[in-house]
Amino acid sequence: MTAPLHFHTITELAPLITGGHVSSEALTSACLEEIAAHDGALRAFITVLGASAIAQARALDAEIAAGGCRGPLHGIPISLKDLIDQQGVPTTAASRVREGHVAACDARVTARLRAAGAVLIGKTNLHEFAFGTTSDDTAFGAVRNPHDPSRSPGGSSGGSAVGIITGMSVASIGTDTGGSIRIPAAACGTVGLKPTWGEVPCEGVVPLSRSLDHVGPLARSVADAWLIYLVLRGDSTAARWPLPAPRPVKGLRLGVPRHYFHDVLDDEVRARFAACLAWLRHEGAETVDVVIPHAPGIAPVYLHASLPEAAACHAGSLESVPERYTRNVRLRLEMGRYVLAEDYVTAQAARAVLRSEVDAALAGCDALVMPTLPIPAPPIGASTVDVAGTPQAVRSMMLRLTQLFNLTGHPAVSMPMGETAAGLPCGLQLAGRLNDTEGLLATAAACEPIVNP
Amino acid sequence: MTIDDWLESACADADRRGLADLKPLLVTLAGATRALREAGWDAVTRQQAQASEPEPRSPGPPPGDGAAR
Repeated sequence: MTAPLHFHTITELAPLITGGHVSSEALTSACLEEIAAHDGALRAFITVLGASAIAQARALDAEIAAGGCRGPLHGIPISLKDLIDQQGVPTTAASRVREGHVAACDARVTARLRAAGAVLIGKTNLHEFAFGTTSDDTAFGAVRNPHDPSRSPGGSSGGSAVGIITGMSVASIGTDTGGSIRIPAAACGTVGLKPTWGEVPCEGVVPLSRSLDHVGPLARSVADAWLIYLVLRGDSTAARWPLPAPRPVKGLRLGVPRHYFHDVLDDEVRARFAACLAWLRHEGAETVDVVIPHAPGIAPVYLHASLPEAAACHAGSLESVPERYTRNVRLRLEMGRYVLAEDYVTAQAARAVLRSEVDAALAGCDALVMPTLPIPAPPIGASTVDVAGTPQAVRSMMLRLTQLFNLTGHPAVSMPMGETAAGLPCGLQLAGRLNDTEGLLATAAACEPIVNP
Repeated sequence: MTIDDWLESACADADRRGLADLKPLLVTLAGATRALREAGWDAVTRQQAQASEPEPRSPGPPPGDGAAR
């Protein structure tokens, strides 16, 4: 190991902590020092829980000294997107609307992490109420991408991704309603998992669009995301640790949806993706073109499914404290109040069609593969970006390749697939079968060392 | 309700509520609604449902047939 310990993966750190070679207190202190040194500029955190995190780490170290070990997350500093309740701590949702809120109890996922021995190091910044993809509309200052601070880290879980790659936490818990885990994972160069819809409980998490909301991990490797996912799902990781060795790539069959998914791609992202497919084929994977016939209709369906649900969640505060929202988020929420019921119902019918089309595309394949984002991280505040010579709306670009799997509920994971010439990360997205998130993770773990050597 | 009628009333309501900034977003939403409706999702759903229905079974004996034997 050459990098400082707090930049290592859980898979690397767990044996050191559980073996008593590294203390959780030292690891947690190192993360807190990174936060103190760099978060003033990057704004990844809203609340830093320094004293309680150190106290928690010391208690967990004492358990190790006494011969107790809760599993691979024992003593690992993990942050929570500030949409997720932690008892006694404000859940701001990055909004002035939530001023004065203090969580009465842990969200179910927080309680599960705590029981698994995670050190809860702080609450991360996000796009206000998770209703955006760039993490710049927030009451706590725009989150900045460490690869280029003039650019967005993606969102809405932007602070979570920034914290991981800068050593402020080893992993984080985010939420994903249209891509909000996978988008910042891709823009910052880390791993982000959206499990199958409904697998991980959302109780104690501020909702956005209930039928599209997911909770999942951001982490430094697929194996780390897998371990955290097991905890979030309610499984005992102690019994599953260590994870089995990755399956071989040889024999994997990967479906490549091109129609729609390749129609609007940045040239460098397109080249990175083509290189990844070539490397995977060289290692023995088979790639086959597949079609999702109604993919061009995804965006209108997503809009009519998500907006009314978001407006419903915010109807009360839109009436009582509208001035406390950031302007853009308030206007988009207001837009949801004008969607007609008949169009919302049509969107639900469309979701069923899309779900069956994704199922059909996955038949005979281990996973679907595509870029996570069609563009590298956009400049902060940009409303349009140039893609192959044509101006495109940033918001529609950010959601273009991820929102489908929120509509259908299929699990999807983003992992790094190299960088552009300017050093901006690109993400590779894999989507798997419904209710087989572990199958998807096994496929992703096999591909990971090849697409991001 | 037609999309044009909806957009007109939505923009008037936004004005009444002092939300003139909302009107460009409503125009965007109207375009998306048009795309949603023109995609014919309900027809696709019906076709898929018909395609997945089981083959009709051959008719059984008429009611009472055999029961009297």
